[in-house]
Amino acid sequence: MEKDNLEALDKNFQDKVDREIKIEPKDYMPDAYRKTLIRQISQHAHSEIVGQLPEANWVTRAPNLRRKAVLLAKIQDEAGHGLYLYSAVETLGADREDTIDDLHSGKAKYSSIFNYPTLTWADMGMVGWLVDGAAIMNQVPLCRCSYGPYARAMVRVCKEESFHQRQGFEIVTQLARGTQVQKEMAQESLNRWWWPSLMMFGPNDAESTHTAQSMAWKIKRNTNDELRQMFVDATVPQAELIGLKIPDKDLKFNEETGHYDFGEIDWDEFWQVVKGYGPCNDERVAARKKAKEDGMWVREAANVYAEKRARRNKKVS
Amino acid sequence: MSKKEWPLWEVFIRSKQGLSHKHAGSLRAPDEEMAINNARDVYTRRSEGVSIWVVESKNVVASDPSEAGPMFEPANSKIYRHPTFYEVPEGIKHM
Amino acid sequence: MTKQEALFEFLLRKADDSLILGHRLSEWCGHGPILEEDIALTNISLDLIGQATELYKYAAEVEDKGRTEDDLAFLRIEREYKNVLLVEQLNGDFGKTIVRQFFFDHFEHLLYEGLMNSKDERISAIATKTIKEVKYHLRHSSEWIIRLGDGTEESHDRVQASVKDLSRFINELFYQDEVEEILIKEGIIPDVKEFRVAFENNIEKILEEATLKLPEEKWQLTGGRKGVHSEHLGYLLAELQYMQRTYPGMEW
Repeated sequence: MEKDNLEALDKNFQDKVDREIKIEPKDYMPDAYRKTLIRQISQHAHSEIVGQLPEANWVTRAPNLRRKAVLLAKIQDEAGHGLYLYSAVETLGADREDTIDDLHSGKAKYSSIFNYPTLTWADMGMVGWLVDGAAIMNQVPLCRCSYGPYARAMVRVCKEESFHQRQGFEIVTQLARGTQVQKEMAQESLNRWWWPSLMMFGPNDAESTHTAQSMAWKIKRNTNDELRQMFVDATVPQAELIGLKIPDKDLKFNEETGHYDFGEIDWDEFWQVVKGYGPCNDERVAARKKAKEDGMWVREAANVYAEKRARRNKKVS
Repeated sequence: MSKKEWPLWEVFIRSKQGLSHKHAGSLRAPDEEMAINNARDVYTRRSEGVSIWVVESKNVVASDPSEAGPMFEPANSKIYRHPTFYEVPEGIKHM
Repeated sequence: MTKQEALFEFLLRKADDSLILGHRLSEWCGHGPILEEDIALTNISLDLIGQATELYKYAAEVEDKGRTEDDLAFLRIEREYKNVLLVEQLNGDFGKTIVRQFFFDHFEHLLYEGLMNSKDERISAIATKTIKEVKYHLRHSSEWIIRLGDGTEESHDRVQASVKDLSRFINELFYQDEVEEILIKEGIIPDVKEFRVAFENNIEKILEEATLKLPEEKWQLTGGRKGVHSEHLGYLLAELQYMQRTYPGMEW
């Protein structure tokens, strides 16, 4: 009896998803759907928060007042995006602090791109242009995700992100038309960021374990390889326009398909970084842990004060 | 040390005078004043609002989604509540 | 000293206050005690950097030697920075950052209220915009002072130690010399001596609510307005100026 009931609920759920009716927090959803969402959204939130760090690395060294303000505003947006996303996770019954503890223990992942170091000012340009560019490719379809709170968070995120890629491209463009030193700085940075940016879309479709189910649930709308191809097609002409060379000897436009063919990603590197052996994995997580531990007394003080005040107000009334 | 988290608040923003407050999202804050401050910093960075309401999430009472049928569907058949239900002869204005 | 020289010097002093404190707060970005507060601190930092930009722009025009706001912000030597010592002090823990902000905000609030009535239209326009930002900063830092002071024993002790440590720099906020004297006479800036008492009443009222005390000892440090700083500023400038010094004359 109960099993039949569950099957009916599952069928009804999938039917709603198929008809593009959004699933809301208290609606019935299969356990696996909830778990997948919690995993994906919290991973996404962690990426925003950890993603603050490589850019925060350059805030105090930004070259002029305008760049300093723009960079700060952008990193601040990322904190905001992390917050919107953690809120979306909370609607699924996952507590924010528990979610964050999973990041700190290494149980939860975040986008591997943020385990690469930012070594020069040009990296601020590349992070905006390539990393945010790739992120936008991933995020725009998520605005139509079947889970309401995630979709709404993504609408807000995408709206705010629109300036991020532009400011990055502006930095790169300025370098590309600057002095020889600046051009070299830009090219060297592109050489380091290109491949990790392509890795942001995840493993090839054939290797991707979650894709089929996520697409059926409409959590995901495009496959990894589709999105990666869209990114390459969009980005290569931009690089050409400003005179930078994409570091891929196999890259060429395919007249037949109308897309760029490109070389093979170094998947060993990809998996190494995912497993925690990237250049900055330890530093990133350590920085987040430290922020949380250092802030403990502050959060606690505010709680205790709120309790004291509530007691005092009671006495008065 | 206590691991107690700050309570969760729902944030509602009036985007301009004349419009209703609309749910913008949620956040954590230790008390109501901090909740207003945090809402301002988190949800109005781009001049999205002229007024903020915050409500502690635990105080929101919601209808039960499994009761959505009996709650809302009976209204679907009462089409006579909508002006398009009625026929108005050609040429009649201001009705 | 001419009126123009005095005005330039005053603008630099205030612009440097905002820039250096904005820079310090920007060091919190990504490391705040909780996400909501990370965002709040960055908002304040952005306000301060915006204020600095407006003040440097005007300073550059007053000076009229072809320097830009960025030249002023990034390309002076250490002794030429005229900010008060308070703003260059290290962030320390969150409580110390808040105490630094608390003293500064209370002073800025009274100063900018006065500057709104400046006979210099540009200054009064900048002040009219800035006062709104400062009022919010004031509210933010004051509310935190109360929560940390009257929170746990640990938070009380931490923030009390910072109050003691940073109160050495309060006097300097009210520093005046020939520069201010000329501008006060011209009706361009208010005489800060006149609101010293108000300042003290304001902070003491909040400190009392927070169960905190200013130290009895009134030993005070000064020097920033003459470009004689603490050891901290050199390191801050090394980072701030890194790009401009390493790659001279390039556009970014």
